[in-house]
Amino acid sequence: MIEARHLTKRFGGRTAIEDVSLRVAPGEVVGFLGPNGAGKTTTIRILAGVFPPSEGQGLVDGHDVVHAPLEARRRLGYAPERPALYQEMTVIGLLEFAAAMKDAARPRAAVGVAIEQAGLAEVRSRQIGTLSKGFRQRIGLALALVGDPPVLLLDEPTAGLDPEQNAETRRLIRQLGTAHAVLVSSHALAEVEAMCDRVVILHRGRVLSAEPPARLAARLRPSSRVDVEAAAPAEALATALAAVPGVRRVDLISQSNGHARCRVEVEPGHDARAALAARVTASGWGLLTLAPVETSLEESFLALVGAEDDR
Amino acid sequence: MRKPLLICRRELRAMCGGPLAYVLGAIFLLLTGYFFYSDLALFVLVGGANPTRGLWRFVFLDYRLVALLVVPLLTMRLFAEERKLGTLELLWTYPVRDRDVLAGKFLAALVVYLAMVASTAVGPCILYLLHPFAAGPLLAGYFGMALLGVAFVACGIAASTVTENQVVSAMLTYGVLVFSWFATWNEAAIGERIAPFLLQLSLFDHFYGFAQGVIDSRDVVYLLAFAALFLFLALRALGARAWQGV
Repeated sequence: MIEARHLTKRFGGRTAIEDVSLRVAPGEVVGFLGPNGAGKTTTIRILAGVFPPSEGQGLVDGHDVVHAPLEARRRLGYAPERPALYQEMTVIGLLEFAAAMKDAARPRAAVGVAIEQAGLAEVRSRQIGTLSKGFRQRIGLALALVGDPPVLLLDEPTAGLDPEQNAETRRLIRQLGTAHAVLVSSHALAEVEAMCDRVVILHRGRVLSAEPPARLAARLRPSSRVDVEAAAPAEALATALAAVPGVRRVDLISQSNGHARCRVEVEPGHDARAALAARVTASGWGLLTLAPVETSLEESFLALVGAEDDR
Repeated sequence: MRKPLLICRRELRAMCGGPLAYVLGAIFLLLTGYFFYSDLALFVLVGGANPTRGLWRFVFLDYRLVALLVVPLLTMRLFAEERKLGTLELLWTYPVRDRDVLAGKFLAALVVYLAMVASTAVGPCILYLLHPFAAGPLLAGYFGMALLGVAFVACGIAASTVTENQVVSAMLTYGVLVFSWFATWNEAAIGERIAPFLLQLSLFDHFYGFAQGVIDSRDVVYLLAFAALFLFLALRALGARAWQGV
């Protein structure tokens, strides 16, 4: 269980975060989203015990990070954004050091498990300074995992990974989420959508929203869009599509040698794809494409953040 | 006590893994060896009869300079490097107190320093086999070297906590140590009123006694207090992340 209660942190006159509250239950992966500089890292650092909050309280498994720091830190694994590694040590040497520092019950076994989980078996005896960036990122993750702490704080764990490693890491985090309380920060929304049960959005040091990604997406996407391409005259196609129930508007995107492509905006929650297809074929045109257009969460996120800025 | 030893062991391995400790060790032995030889040659030349006044005094005052040269380079990376790599941040999230981290690193640097100083004993040992002498004053000198090391390392480690740049760390240490030596260099310049006071505070004046084979409790207390002051400052500098950030 991770709990932040009204955390505020000021550095001199600058307020890094203000009144941030969040809760991550065991068996839950919560995504922590926000543009760079929003205060994600500051919040995570407070929860990890790097520095105390100016106001508010951070709890790790019920232990106050300021008043019972050692108890709290024994129960957490932290992976900073930039993997912090002693270059001259071997992978296994560093993990053994970390296991001992974290009071792991059986350090040897704990190291073996972490190496397995993070996929480091092939490089276990290599010197860290000689390894690639992807491996270093995974060592950072292994350092958090070693000793199997119930709480994981992962600051941008997929930064700098190639797509394959990225997918692997997401899978691992998903899997860890079944037994741990995981708070994972990111500024890539698609990634958060893929691996988190809930999303907490942070902007300029404040929490903007906290809800499941699907609901967030639904709220942020006021309508759904479908691209329709047919072997038809452009004007006629647009008129025909606009007459389908549930369609809000139709924009002609392109036309060439008898083909036309329209973007159809449909009422939210209304699946008009079958009706659109039927209308096209009923008019005697060949249907070439019928594809839903994904609103990227980035767009939605910018809309949300923009709305906040306008307020 | 387990955590400081873990930190100390990791630190010693890191030092042994890189060239710096070996280079510093080699230079330390080369310089101390040369000073021992030249001081001995002078002692033999002037036909001294009292090795404490005629030999050890010069040897230890020379060794002191070598320690001044080497210790800041030995301590400069202790915290500065970890700050730069970001490993310090990770260390702060482990169940370990700042003072245990500090103690581990302090111990590691002191162990390396003491190993260097101990290996200079080869010369006096050979001399003892050829011409036995009273060992007491010599041991007092080595005791003084050890205490001086405690003070130097504490100062160096404090400088290392305030920066992520190792050169800055070393330079700060040189600044503090050299100033505390030269402060009383020219007594005429500082005036009669302040001179006795400054002499009391001068790091190196508190080493003369040991060099001459005398262990004065005031000197012992002074050097330990000097070290305690800088270790305290180092702890405060580490704690500054609470309001300064990482």
